Amino acid sequence: MPRDALGVLSEIKRSFITKQLKEGKRGDGRGLQDFREATITTNYVPRAAGSAMVKLGRTRVLAGVKIESGEPFPDTPNSGVLTTNVELLPMAFPTFEAGPPNETSIEIARVVDRGIRESKMIDTQKLVIEPGKKVWIVFVDINIMDFDGNLIDACTLAAVSALRSAFIPASREGGKDMPLPVDQIPISVTMVKIGDDLVCDPDLEEEQLGSARITVTTTEDGHIRAMQKGDTGSFTFDEIKKAIKISSDTGATLRKKYFS
Amino acid sequence: MGSESNIKLLDENGMRLDGRTPEQLRPIKIETNLLERADGSAYIEWGGNKIMVAVYGPREAYPKHTQDIEKAVVKARYNMAAFSVDERKRPGPDRRSVEISKVISEALSSAIMVEQFPRAQIDVFIEVMQADAGTRIAGLTAASVAVASAGIPMRDMVVGCTAGKVEGKVVLDLSKEEDNFGQADLPIAVLSKSKKVVLIQMDGDLSMEEFEQASEMILKATDNIAEIQRNALTSRYSVENIGDGE
Repeated sequence: MPRDALGVLSEIKRSFITKQLKEGKRGDGRGLQDFREATITTNYVPRAAGSAMVKLGRTRVLAGVKIESGEPFPDTPNSGVLTTNVELLPMAFPTFEAGPPNETSIEIARVVDRGIRESKMIDTQKLVIEPGKKVWIVFVDINIMDFDGNLIDACTLAAVSALRSAFIPASREGGKDMPLPVDQIPISVTMVKIGDDLVCDPDLEEEQLGSARITVTTTEDGHIRAMQKGDTGSFTFDEIKKAIKISSDTGATLRKKYFS
Repeated sequence: MGSESNIKLLDENGMRLDGRTPEQLRPIKIETNLLERADGSAYIEWGGNKIMVAVYGPREAYPKHTQDIEKAVVKARYNMAAFSVDERKRPGPDRRSVEISKVISEALSSAIMVEQFPRAQIDVFIEVMQADAGTRIAGLTAASVAVASAGIPMRDMVVGCTAGKVEGKVVLDLSKEEDNFGQADLPIAVLSKSKKVVLIQMDGDLSMEEFEQASEMILKATDNIAEIQRNALTSRYSVENIGDGE
C-alpha cells in the first residue's frame, strides 16, 4: 500500500471489516480467496504494439507495449530486452503526485517484471535481429488510472494481456510484422494478512487494514516464479506455504477464466 | 536468474565450485561499533561481501510530512559502492537499490519497537563496499546488529539467509556464480526467536517441495547466524569489555 494512503480508514470501518472477516465474509460479499471480477480490454490503444485496459473491481490500470530495435545488454548479447515501468498517475488517488518513480511504483514494476521474466513468458532469444548488435527491446509501460487496492495483480494481468496482444514491427527492419512470441502465462496472486486471515485481491480498505502483504506468481505447472513480501508485519512459514498453495490454485482458475 | 553458461556449478559428488556442501554457509564475521559518529554501527563479512552499516536516531522525522504520529519511521538506504562489483556501477540509487531499501526498511520495522518513538525516524545506512551475492540479506543481518548497538529497543533480532537452486538441486547461501547462473534465488529474513518471516523475495523457478526444502535449510542456518550476531554484540558489550578505555 502506498504510504500516502495511510491513516484514512476510520476506526468504525476497521472494526466492522475485522468482525466480518471473523465470519468469513468481506464487505463486497466475496469469500476470502475470491478475486474481484476483472474486465480486460486488449488493443485499447491501437497505436501501441500491444495494450490492455484492465479493471479489477474499481482498480483500473492501462498497460501499453512498445517494441523498438536497440542494442542488447553486453552480458546477454543474444537476448532481447524486457523493461517494465509503472506510473502512479495523480488522477488515480488524492495523494499520488506526478514525478519520477517512487519506491511504491518501482516495487510494483519490479515484481510484475520478475513474474513475466522468470516464467519465461517471452522467449527473449527469439528477439534477436543481429546477434550481439541489434535486438528487439520490449517496453511495458503501465499507468495506474484508478486505485482501489491490489495494484500488483492488476498490473500483472494488464502486462500479460498487453504482451499477448503485441506484435513486433519487423517491417521497420526489412522483415514482416509478426506477433510477439509468448508462451507461459504468469499469474500473480496478492494477499494481505488481516488478523490471522489471508485475504486475496485486497481492496484499498483491506490493504490499509492488513499488517503484511505477500505476492506469489506462478505458472501453469504450479511452480513459483516470483515472490515478494511487503509491509511491516510478518508471516509464519505455514502462512507462506498456504499463500503459495492459494496462489497456484487461484492462479489456475484465473488463467482459465481470462486466458483460454 | 538463468543466464546461460557452461560452468558446472556442482561436481559429481554434489560439491560446489568453492568446495562447499549444499547446506554449508560461507564464513561470516560481524563486528560492532567501528564508526565513531554514528549512534550504532556494524560491519559484516559474509563470503566476499564487505558491508558497513550505520544507524542514526531515533531523531525527528524530516521532512515533516513523513512523520507518523503513532510510530517511528525506519528509513534504510541500501547503497552499493561504484567499485563493489566487477563492472563499475553508476553511483547513486537505481531501481534495484530502491526496492531493496524498501523491503529492508519494512523488515527492520517489524523488529524495532517503533511505537515508542512517534514522529521520529531511524536511519539505517547500508554501504556495500564489496559485493559477492546475498548483499541484501548480509546487509539486513548486519543492520539488525547495528540497530541493537545503537541501543534502540527491539522485540527480536532480524536474521536472514538465502537459498537457491543450481542444476536442479537446492543449495544454501548462493555464491556469485550460483546467483548468476542458477535457477532460483530465495532470500528470507526472520525474527530470530519467533521465526516469523519479515522479508521474503524470490525469483526463478521453484516447486512447492523445493521451496519447503529451501526454507528449512534457511531456517536452520539462521540459528547459526543469529549466534554470530549475538557474539558480536556480547563481545563488545559484556562486562569485561566495558571500561577498557576505548
